[in-house]
Amino acid sequence: MTTSSRVIEHKHIAEISSTRKIVIGVVEILIGLLIYLAFAAKTTGEALTKFVMTPGGIDQGLMADWILPSRITLLVLAAAAFVIGAYQLIRGFGKWTNLMIGICALFLTFGFLVWQAADKQLNLAGMLSSAVLLAVPITLGAFSGILAERSGIVNISIEGMMLMASMAAAIVGSVTKNAWLGLLGGILSSIILALILGVLSIKYKINQVISGTVINIFSAGMTAFISQKFLQHIEGLNNPKMFTRVPLPVLADIPLIGPILFNQNLFVYLMFLILIILQVALFQTRWGLRFRSVGEHPKAADTLGINVIKTRYMGVILSGLVAGIAGAFFTLGSVGRFDEGMTAGKGFIGLAAMIFGNWMPVGAIGAGALFGFADAIGSKLSLLGSTIPPQFMAMAPYLITMVVLAGFIGKGQAPAAEGEPYEKE
Amino acid sequence: MTEQKKDLGQEILNEINQDQLKKEHSRKPFLGKATIPLLAIVTGLIIGALLIALTSQSVYAAFGESIGKGFTQAFSEIGSAYKALFTGAIGDPVRMINAVRGDDAKELRQAFNPFLESLVQATPYIFAGLAVALGFRSGLFNIGVEGQLFIGAACATFVGYSITGLPAWIHMPLAFIAGALGGAFWGFIPGLLKAKTGGHEVINTIMMNWIAFRLTEWLLSGPMTREGSGGMPISPIIEKTAEIPQFFPSPIRFHLGFFMALIVAYVIWWILFKTTWGLNLRTVGTNPRAAKYAGLSTTKSIILAMSLSGALAGMAGAVQILAVNRSMALGLSSGYGFDSIALALIGNTHPVGVVLSSILFGTLRNGATRMMVVSSIPIDIVDVVQAIILMFVAAPAIIRSIYHLRKPKQEEEQIFLSGWGGQS
Repeated sequence: MTTSSRVIEHKHIAEISSTRKIVIGVVEILIGLLIYLAFAAKTTGEALTKFVMTPGGIDQGLMADWILPSRITLLVLAAAAFVIGAYQLIRGFGKWTNLMIGICALFLTFGFLVWQAADKQLNLAGMLSSAVLLAVPITLGAFSGILAERSGIVNISIEGMMLMASMAAAIVGSVTKNAWLGLLGGILSSIILALILGVLSIKYKINQVISGTVINIFSAGMTAFISQKFLQHIEGLNNPKMFTRVPLPVLADIPLIGPILFNQNLFVYLMFLILIILQVALFQTRWGLRFRSVGEHPKAADTLGINVIKTRYMGVILSGLVAGIAGAFFTLGSVGRFDEGMTAGKGFIGLAAMIFGNWMPVGAIGAGALFGFADAIGSKLSLLGSTIPPQFMAMAPYLITMVVLAGFIGKGQAPAAEGEPYEKE
Repeated sequence: MTEQKKDLGQEILNEINQDQLKKEHSRKPFLGKATIPLLAIVTGLIIGALLIALTSQSVYAAFGESIGKGFTQAFSEIGSAYKALFTGAIGDPVRMINAVRGDDAKELRQAFNPFLESLVQATPYIFAGLAVALGFRSGLFNIGVEGQLFIGAACATFVGYSITGLPAWIHMPLAFIAGALGGAFWGFIPGLLKAKTGGHEVINTIMMNWIAFRLTEWLLSGPMTREGSGGMPISPIIEKTAEIPQFFPSPIRFHLGFFMALIVAYVIWWILFKTTWGLNLRTVGTNPRAAKYAGLSTTKSIILAMSLSGALAGMAGAVQILAVNRSMALGLSSGYGFDSIALALIGNTHPVGVVLSSILFGTLRNGATRMMVVSSIPIDIVDVVQAIILMFVAAPAIIRSIYHLRKPKQEEEQIFLSGWGGQS
């Protein structure tokens, strides 16, 4: 138990150590070199890259296509990354360091797309639009993780909760022929699992990772069981009403941003809504301070009269609620029917996004967007006839998470008391 | 905190003595230790039976007629399902007895085939369960067994088909060891990251799982693809010399790998409980602070434990390829990774327990295949039962309150695992 000393350690994190300063500078210069050697040097001078800037099938917020000279664009990107890296090495960006490495990563991705689409055309807006959709379950999964972990409970069963919720949403949505009731059913099923997780972890004080594993195995088994026993034979049980695309007035007409962010289905808007609620509630209100204190130092919180046990149950249930929305997304917002194992590890990636985003809602949505983007690139590349196997693109989020976890972007600030059962003395 | 003001020396002494208490505790007779798991298994099977009855339409139809008919129908459904489970897992008793009495060797083998097939099913679970158990003993949660298994299988497959002209007694062990090394490498990386940077192994191994899936998907549809497979992700068939031999002619798949698993389980037991290194490992696992004060290198033990755990997982993949599948496809594992966590915990993270729980679940899984054919109950019911049993084993208080058992005098051994921060 070194809780008290850990809290003090956090203060040093904002400062950037000199080795990290150099390592990041070198990485940025390497990115510049990579853009030059791997992309620019292999592109002919006359090649043009055409980016279509309106997703297919949308007639609001149109934008003209971008036609870029491939080689020059790449040279500019390489030079910019090089300059950023050089400045980082000589002077250092201080607190902007992480932002700058992020910008360089963006250059790398954009450069990659320019190179891949040289002499071809790529619907960049369509790719971003599908990235937003792909980011929804990951981001919501990350929010679910934040809610549990900020109150001190490690929740690795987000995957299981999502899977159960996606099935429940499909069944309820099909039987009632109402997408809203389907969503509610999904959320309820996920909350029930969250309650089991809570009872096991809080009341029986089982290791939280193990109780999460119980939920995951149970969900995988139960959904497959019910799916094979009923859903595959009775079509009426697996044919839910879906949430359709709803363009928001005015906002949907903004070029580029409108079609990507404001002409989507309910789940995308819910994601933004929950982001705002979480960010404000956790960091601007008294409730949030109390909530977080239970995850950081339950003993101190208890001394101040905060009910640790109740707060943790609340955290777990809220976590289940958000995971339920994420699960319902698969059946009601994306596919339109339940398939076995359809969450495909998105819950775990959500967990990674939570860590990547440093247990902050804003960070989580950033990480979720990044992972969603990597997914979207992977599926578009195969359409472009790229020589790079899509599997390698798909690996990127996992590799990034491991690099982040290894402390490249700075040590994360996990809630200090998470994973430890609370015992009142 | 006030704790820090206490005499450190005294505290260390206490912690070391605690270890000894645990040793005495572990001398309890086997049955005493097995009470909770056994009751958990029984309860799990009862809940499984309830699930069968609750999801059966004919039971509801019978209840519609009268309550008595409903119960009769429910019991007959459960009875026929569990009978199919038993005959599918062990064999038909009548046929077995007749076969033993008769002298038809072929009939004898076929009568006992269900039981032998259960052992075949159990074999990868033993390796994978040992992998997780070894991790737990060293205070590490290896969720990455699935990925390590895939990489191990891919390595074993590659050595199995690419090298030709070797005698079997070199080729087969070589392919098996290649599998173990592949898995070890996949475990080594998160081990190294944990030891050097504190990156938590749970997240890192989950990430490594997905990297492994993508990597094998690419390998099997690219560099390692079978000629003429038309882009299907499947590997060439391994050479005859690389095969782990099966004992009997074709439909019976019982193979040498089962005994290899038993030997490996014995070796792991010996390492954990009879060597200094094993003691160090367990000390780091149960009491990292005491280990630190005793001057043990946690770095080294974390890396070694993760590598060894990965090697065991790799062996699980290798044995499955070399003895049963003989070529690699993406559907290699039906979730060995998560199942093995359950098996390790149900087996009390002890090699003997792991072997027993693996055989139990290999048996259940094998029987469930027949249950699916006879009573059309999806095989996934085994997962549900497994989750419930795991829950009861992890929270013995629930089992104790169901069966009104007394609380043991000593605290049960708790598995020590650190939080995400990894600052243990």
